[in-house]
Amino acid sequence: MADDNYKGYRGKALSVLKNFSALVWSDVEITTTKGKYKGIILPRSETADPFHIVIKMPIGYNIGVAADLVTDIQIRGRKEAHYKIPEKDFPRDPSKPNVKLLGTGGTIASRLDYRTGAVIPAFSPGELYGSVPELANYCNLETEKLYGVFSENMGPDQWIGTAEAIGREIEKGIDGIVIGHGTDTMHHTAAVLSFMVQNSPVPIVMVGSQRSSDRPSSDAALNLMHSVKTAAESDIAEVMVCMFGPTSDYYGLLHRGTRVRKMHSSYRSTFRTIGDIPIAKVSRDEITPLRQDYKRRRKDRNVKINTAFEEKVSIVYYYPNMKPDIIESLIDNNYKGIVIAGTGLGHVNKPLYPALKRAHEKGISIYMTVQTLWGYVQMYVYDTGRDMMELGVIPGENMLPEVAYMKLCWALGQTTDQKKVKEIMLTSIAGEITEREPSNGYLIYQGGLPEVEEFISKYVK
Amino acid sequence: MKDFLFKPFEEMTDKDYETVGFKSGLEIHQQLFTTKKLFCRCPAGKYSERYDAEILRHMRPTLSELGEYDGTALMEFKTKKDILYRINRESVCTYEMDDTPPFLINDEALDLALQCGLLFDCSIVDELHIARKQYLDGSIPTGFQRTAIFALDGKIPYKNRTIDIVQMSIEEDSCREISDTGHLRVYRTDRLGMPLIETVTGPNMRTPFEVAEVAEICANLIRSTNKVRRGIGSAREDVNVSVDGGTRVEIKGVPKIGRIPHLTYYEAMRQWNLLRLRDELHRRGITKETFETKSDDITRIVKKAHYLPIRTATDQGLLVKCVVLRGYFGLLHWQTQTDTYFSKEISDRVRVIACLTNIPNIIHSDSKGDTLTSADWQNIKRAVGAHDNDTMVLVWGNEQDTEMAVKEIIIRAKEATVGVPSETRQALRDGTNGFERILPGADRMYPDTDLPPTRITEERLKILRVNLPERFWKREKWYRKLGIPEDTIRELSISKFAPLFKFLVDEWRIDPILTAVVLIQFPKRLKKRSCDISLLDEEMIREIFRSYKDGLLSRDGILTAMQKSLKKGKFYPELLPKPLTTKELEDIITETNNELSKVRLINNENSKEVLMGLVMNKVRMSVEGKIVTEKINI
Repeated sequence: MADDNYKGYRGKALSVLKNFSALVWSDVEITTTKGKYKGIILPRSETADPFHIVIKMPIGYNIGVAADLVTDIQIRGRKEAHYKIPEKDFPRDPSKPNVKLLGTGGTIASRLDYRTGAVIPAFSPGELYGSVPELANYCNLETEKLYGVFSENMGPDQWIGTAEAIGREIEKGIDGIVIGHGTDTMHHTAAVLSFMVQNSPVPIVMVGSQRSSDRPSSDAALNLMHSVKTAAESDIAEVMVCMFGPTSDYYGLLHRGTRVRKMHSSYRSTFRTIGDIPIAKVSRDEITPLRQDYKRRRKDRNVKINTAFEEKVSIVYYYPNMKPDIIESLIDNNYKGIVIAGTGLGHVNKPLYPALKRAHEKGISIYMTVQTLWGYVQMYVYDTGRDMMELGVIPGENMLPEVAYMKLCWALGQTTDQKKVKEIMLTSIAGEITEREPSNGYLIYQGGLPEVEEFISKYVK
Repeated sequence: MKDFLFKPFEEMTDKDYETVGFKSGLEIHQQLFTTKKLFCRCPAGKYSERYDAEILRHMRPTLSELGEYDGTALMEFKTKKDILYRINRESVCTYEMDDTPPFLINDEALDLALQCGLLFDCSIVDELHIARKQYLDGSIPTGFQRTAIFALDGKIPYKNRTIDIVQMSIEEDSCREISDTGHLRVYRTDRLGMPLIETVTGPNMRTPFEVAEVAEICANLIRSTNKVRRGIGSAREDVNVSVDGGTRVEIKGVPKIGRIPHLTYYEAMRQWNLLRLRDELHRRGITKETFETKSDDITRIVKKAHYLPIRTATDQGLLVKCVVLRGYFGLLHWQTQTDTYFSKEISDRVRVIACLTNIPNIIHSDSKGDTLTSADWQNIKRAVGAHDNDTMVLVWGNEQDTEMAVKEIIIRAKEATVGVPSETRQALRDGTNGFERILPGADRMYPDTDLPPTRITEERLKILRVNLPERFWKREKWYRKLGIPEDTIRELSISKFAPLFKFLVDEWRIDPILTAVVLIQFPKRLKKRSCDISLLDEEMIREIFRSYKDGLLSRDGILTAMQKSLKKGKFYPELLPKPLTTKELEDIITETNNELSKVRLINNENSKEVLMGLVMNKVRMSVEGKIVTEKINI
């Protein structure tokens, strides 16, 4: 591992710095065969090449100086960066609700990491108040950093830990919970928490940001305000995802934890409710319910935490020409459950049938979902569907593939009895299966059409 | 400070500028001519006022890499603006909207930039690091401009000295502001993301005229690559000015070099007069430490006032506040620039930071005419406890804005005890300038974590050096020796045809003056004849000159040949008429003479000139006028 004094440097650059005893954060004048450069030596990203020394010039710009051209380094002083958001004590107002922010990581609050050159998470109530003082308008805020991981590194330990933390906070009498989370797998966590935390008397709001908070136009501050307002004031006692409605700094949407999905790799308005409409709209000033069938806030503390979890479950995203060895390898590796994201109404090709049959016979639970995301699995419509049901593949209604995956992990964690698993899987617990799809549950407008363009031009995007 | 009063612009001498210690440097922005934008694949240079959609954003200050907040950013945050972007889907994609991360830097743009760096004799950086330069005014939807320094430590010759080129950066262009009223600012995004380079000179210029001249040289040097955009807004200068004891103040976005002398003169005058104001305050015993002020809500007192802006405000239920500046009597009317007074400095801050954009936004007791009656002023004075040697400043608006305005009035008044605040100022049409924002510093820089550093290899630079245009001032020297007309020299020296000129004169031995006129003046004439001169390329001109050299085309026929070629889009030898024999020419003359004899001329003495004209119309492409003259025997 590279020396901390020469953070991130290796190869030629490292040996030149060592040669002149020029540590990272030294204020230096570097002489090269091309000219002189003044500035502060910065740490280097470990993924960058070993040939350059990075300096921050007095005007604030950084440049890389080729190490093999360096003839001298004069050290003039030292200025180490202290990247610290000014902390201010979060004010307490007994008349305001108490909200707990549980941090798991992600870009909702983050700072620069020199090692990777990327942003890493950092937060505390004081820091949050220092950067988003508006939060104090809504609540008394406490924070607890559960984890500091990017969302792709969330796993069963973190899910279980988060569910347990939620249980503890509810028992302690909290009025609402916000969970800071990276956005990539936020809908996975939202789904699993919807199952693990049942009968919550208070709102549980997941929030993140699509633009890190080190950017002036970040969505982090507004998302945080929306989520804190929801946790503090709303009467929706469910697991929700709270993220931008439009891409503009305008309002957020409260999505049900089991029906939400990240739908764009980078847009701010990436989260959408699939096959239904969101629960509510939230702005800095008000929460506007879009439907009435949500679970209400209660005074009691009768929450049920059930953190059962079976890890040996997989999602198989079917593609034409898939070979049975994919299924075979899951059988051979002792998987207990498979969620298939099938084509159309829920199909896979015939060559897979024998493998599926063998999986079923070995006691593996197999559930079908649709890769179209919208719509129900309908295995009665075509013979192929009926054939598969014969093989033991169970239609998963309109559960989203990731949601079915989380639910199957959770169900298999509770029992290995296939019948009981099926009962758990097909009984809607948190809106993951809906009896009907409303006609406005599927709206992907096609750009270019005159009526759509007219709509876009009328409303702030 | 030295005892000196600014004279009118025309009367200022170099000596006078030396007395006040005039110092100025330039930041020259020039858009590069590329097909695509700098960090996305949108087409560059597609301008339109049409828009399909709008996006709303707010900006918040963030920490710099070294963990500090930038003063400008905090100032902009105080303004709490709604920022609305107008989006045209032809010229803007999700990158400019800040909904997609950047793509790798446009290599075409980087090559052009590097070429400019070499022209300025700079040392090119070994590794390019993209930075985010924060702009909380909203002029870029991300809240920052992606920018990178690619060249350092260059120089250009000027008079008998050199001007330093401190650094050059490549960056994405910003939005154009459409309006800014109250808490709403609207931007058009068609220019956003276009590649441009910024060239920063040292503070080496000593008079306003030197600043303009150096700007001209730098602009021409960049233009001589012939890979830059032309037209309004494609080149803009920021000018830094200071005087002895003053502060570096940046005048932003000067669209025309011709305006630089007045602008820098007025800024120097402003700084000088602010320093004089400071001395006057000190003379009165007012310093940063002894500065005293108070503010009161006087809405009830002025409720019945007849002064319309205040009357309207109180009618609308807005607040009116009075700031008392102890000992400032008369000083808000202290002249800073021609017809501009210290009160303007305060009014500007109130407008920009407190968003009270309806002018007048303040009134004060140093300039009583046309505002409140003296009875009203007396009432206020009594109510707020002001003395004869105090000044009262009134401001009105909603509670939040008025509160902010009061703070800003106090801040700006107090700054007067210190001297000239570091500011970015806006160039105004009359040559004076107005406050735009607090001058940002190094703290607004942040490394762009979305893009990796780019190594600039020696191989890449080698190729660029081979294709580097000759410095235009060297060309000019040669042109003068050749006797090229003065009005053509500069243009030719930075023209894309300069290498062709050298070839035609050196290799084909064609008359340099004729060549220069054909290359520079003819296209202008053809443009007037509505020809599409963008089709005029090196090959077309070379072929026309080849015909001329081979005697297939007369000197007088070149323009016509160019016009015909432009119509066809290419030069074809078939466009030229067959060469005439002497016999054929004589026949044409005889025939024309016969035609002419049937016409009665008003003035018969001119008949030979008329005949000459008529004949030339028929034979222009193929016979030199000289020969026709001889034949007609004028």
